[in-house]
Amino acid sequence: MAEFRKGLVSNAVGNTPSGTQSDYMHGTAEQIVAEDTNASTKWGNVKRIAQLDPTQGAHEMLEVGAPSRPSATTSAVLTKRQGDASEAELIQRVLSGQEEAFRQLVRPYEYAVFMAAQAILKNDADAEDAAQDAVLKTFTNLAKFRGDSKFSTWLIRIATNEALMKLRKERHQRLHDSLDEPRKDDDGDYIPRDFADWREIPSEALQKKELRQALSRALAALTPKHREVFVLRDVQHFTIEETAQLLGIRKSAVKTRLLRARLQMRDALAPGMDGSWSTGRREYKPVRPW
Amino acid sequence: MEISCEEVWREISNYLEDEISAELHIRMEEHFKGCKHCSAVLDGSRNVVRLVSNAGAFELPAGLSDRLYQKLDRKLSERRESQKKE
Repeated sequence: MAEFRKGLVSNAVGNTPSGTQSDYMHGTAEQIVAEDTNASTKWGNVKRIAQLDPTQGAHEMLEVGAPSRPSATTSAVLTKRQGDASEAELIQRVLSGQEEAFRQLVRPYEYAVFMAAQAILKNDADAEDAAQDAVLKTFTNLAKFRGDSKFSTWLIRIATNEALMKLRKERHQRLHDSLDEPRKDDDGDYIPRDFADWREIPSEALQKKELRQALSRALAALTPKHREVFVLRDVQHFTIEETAQLLGIRKSAVKTRLLRARLQMRDALAPGMDGSWSTGRREYKPVRPW
Repeated sequence: MEISCEEVWREISNYLEDEISAELHIRMEEHFKGCKHCSAVLDGSRNVVRLVSNAGAFELPAGLSDRLYQKLDRKLSERRESQKKE
């Protein structure tokens, strides 16, 4: 169970259909795990899934094929959910053979699907490949979606499983994987390296390609386990507790990893944060008290 | 009781999350008042969180939206072909 990852749920900024984080994310991680299984009880589902390696197990339960018609249970759950009528309708339309409705269903979560995969794989091309697989599997297994939690939850978890599968394959192929294996001190204290007094970052600075590239580079430099936590908490706005549940780790581990990720991101971005993102100034000297 | 810079760094993320005790919160605030380096670390960390929260912080690869459905489209067209043959 320690290695079991319950999956990521995504709430991409600017891509949330409606509502706050708390009403966007429904249910516990157990419910999330349970929702795409066909067992009869929630706890039965959890037990069954928990015995499997998530990078294979939950993933392999999703078989590629044509979506079948929804079960009576699925229909009941979808119709009684409030506020999601259009999403539920889209699902019903896809299941009744209107394939074109599927893009409409997935479109609000494209960013989240990609980011979930990218956080694990670090590489755009691989993340895109995993995201494509996730979209295909989501379509072909749509009838298995029981509606116990948000559709987006289920979709992102599939994307996460796809990314984990891909990562595992890669690591198997390359013994000396360059994807940063956790170092012994990864969860130890992180000492800030730059004490520059950052200015308030104007929102228009984000329009600068330079800053966006620096952000991507800084994110890519994090180890996978720090990146996952950072993306879930700071990019996709899950709470600490939700992040812990989704990754199957303790809250304390989330906090420790988040601290390191934030400080590391801060150090990596320091050269532009002293104002050069907005002023275009080039020269930079780290500020250090030692 | 005074708190060291090292202790502040260790708790800075929890401070931003408001996941620390009221007592520690007060001690850290006191520390920030007198330590410009730790204040800089705090401001920087807060700026990072603000920056990445922005929807435009990370770009999607160009054309991703269409390519995302490539495998699905291929699968569907294969299915249609095989249905035609039948």
